[in-house]
Amino acid sequence: MRALPLLTRVLRAPESMRTLDAGAWELLLRQAGDADLGATLALLADEHGFLAQLAAPVRRRLGWARTAWERHAQAVRFEVQQVRRALAGTGLPLILLKGTAYVAAGLPAAAGRLFSDIDILVPKTALDEVESRLMQNGWASNHHDAYDQRYYREWMHELPPLQHMRRATVIDVHHAILPETAAVRPDPARLRAAARALPGAPDLQVLAPCDMVLHSAVHLFSEGEYDHGLRDLFDLHRLLCHFGATEPGFWAALPARAAELSLGRPLFYALRYAMRLLGTPVPGASLAAARAGRPPRALLALMDALFDSALRPPHPSCAGAVDPLFKGMLYIRGNWLRMPPLMLSRHLFHKAFITRRATTQV
Amino acid sequence: MLTVAALGQPAVAARLRGRGLRLQTGPFITCIRSASPALAAALGRMYADYPVMGEDISADFDVLLRRPRGLRRLVKPQVYFHYDGMEPFQPLPLAQIYPMFEWAMNWCVSSHAHSWLVIHAAVVEKEGAAVILPAPPGSGKSTLCAALVARGWRLLSDELTLVRLDDGRIDPVPRPVSLKNGSIDVIRAWAPHAHLSPPVTDTLKGTVAHMRAPADSVARAREPATPAWIVFPQWRAGAPAEMVPVPQARAHLRLAENAFNYSLLGAAGFASAARLIEQTRTFDFSYGALDDAMAVFEALLAQRR
Repeated sequence: MRALPLLTRVLRAPESMRTLDAGAWELLLRQAGDADLGATLALLADEHGFLAQLAAPVRRRLGWARTAWERHAQAVRFEVQQVRRALAGTGLPLILLKGTAYVAAGLPAAAGRLFSDIDILVPKTALDEVESRLMQNGWASNHHDAYDQRYYREWMHELPPLQHMRRATVIDVHHAILPETAAVRPDPARLRAAARALPGAPDLQVLAPCDMVLHSAVHLFSEGEYDHGLRDLFDLHRLLCHFGATEPGFWAALPARAAELSLGRPLFYALRYAMRLLGTPVPGASLAAARAGRPPRALLALMDALFDSALRPPHPSCAGAVDPLFKGMLYIRGNWLRMPPLMLSRHLFHKAFITRRATTQV
Repeated sequence: MLTVAALGQPAVAARLRGRGLRLQTGPFITCIRSASPALAAALGRMYADYPVMGEDISADFDVLLRRPRGLRRLVKPQVYFHYDGMEPFQPLPLAQIYPMFEWAMNWCVSSHAHSWLVIHAAVVEKEGAAVILPAPPGSGKSTLCAALVARGWRLLSDELTLVRLDDGRIDPVPRPVSLKNGSIDVIRAWAPHAHLSPPVTDTLKGTVAHMRAPADSVARAREPATPAWIVFPQWRAGAPAEMVPVPQARAHLRLAENAFNYSLLGAAGFASAARLIEQTRTFDFSYGALDDAMAVFEALLAQRR
């Protein structure tokens, strides 16, 4: 395995921030800036009680990132209320996903987390109603291309992103956690049935702990783009640590739930790379159970190389000579997992030639 | 203290090509890298008196201006601005490398420095009293700022007013004053001894030249100032100089519109703007001739004595 970058080592062992010199801090802050983890460093230093002991210029930079994050978290909470109000008449619970859920549920994974979209999960049968209610309340699709509309509506697991006309915020309305065209499609009804209401707000829900971890793993390990790979892996690390400590039976339930939902492979990758890169303390029994999702040896060796590369901070100081090649391979893999080969070749052809031509002509 | 001039042109160019020139501007240190001899020459000319830091001091911002590789550098050569591997702007023609550097430096501060309320405004000081000149482009803000500075006002900034969140004082970040189109000749005539960079034509803002910050303003870059007035300038050909008071609530809103991070700072942004309005007198100022404007600003000072 390649040597771990500074940022990864610090996320593994936040206490190590105490002993960094000025040069190391500069590199760390630059890597963290590119990975959208600057505020996370500030909050980790605070949580471990040594923020006040850091050098003044470092505290100032961490403070800038933290201020931007505080505003972001406030905006997310406001936006969730707006969506909640828009969808109140549907009688559906509002199930929040990913970063939105971490913020709304006040999970440690929300600390420092920046993201661009609000993600929600609704039943497929309610998509039309949800979309029209959102449109009545100011959200509109910004994907006007007929091909894009078809791509999302027929093949994907979400509507084309809707953007609010005045606030410019974007909402992704999901009806499943994997595309319609993917080989594995866990039944979203099972996820919705297990979702848990937030304290004091019965109509606001988040996925149950195991499902939340599995969704995070599915999202990270079937993606085609890894600009936020390290941040997303750190989400997994924090979710695993938090639920492991607070949720009775979590570690035994996790591999069982993965098997139920046919998500053994993403869970295997999640535990493997969280342990390997971030030192996540996974109990031996859970690890052994998760080995059911292990890929064949040759494939695993390739995946190790690909993910060791993709889960580095996206900063020039971490880039290796083969990384662009690996990035290309993961992009193809991400799309490969999304749809069958013939459909994929048609999609990539359309994106490469027809969409590009249309945009250059504009 | 090591300065750009003391370091010498060859060493400045070598640092820019190598591990970076760590330039201090007010409260910020920027690590600048570029292989361009034109940028090295411009920095030598415009930043001669600025402190240069060693590698043991960590930089707040990392700025790389580079030409593309391969054949692209032969036809219509361009320059790219990279901030830690990100590209916040579109590339520009190579001839615009120095204006691009100045815009990049402004961007670094306005999009990160959230320990201040950062207002898009010029700010100058005399006798301990600072006047803030917020305005949209085209209002003559920079021209007025350059003219005041050439008549002995201290330059704090022509673009970025940094209001401290804790005590409301203003931290200077003096850098060259950006002049556009007609105002370049106006300032040449107004201040024949001022040092202007060679004008660059056909930029997004038209023809651009920069006026070097006075040595005294650079030397006093760590000395904060107390805000006394907020003046919203509007230049109109042939107009008499006229100061019209702006009510506090309206001035607050207009200040907020001109701030980069007012809403990002949330309650702290509101409190900071409110304190600033409370501490200052606020005016709309229209003028047609710089001489009249100077007299009006001197009169403001005289009222305080």
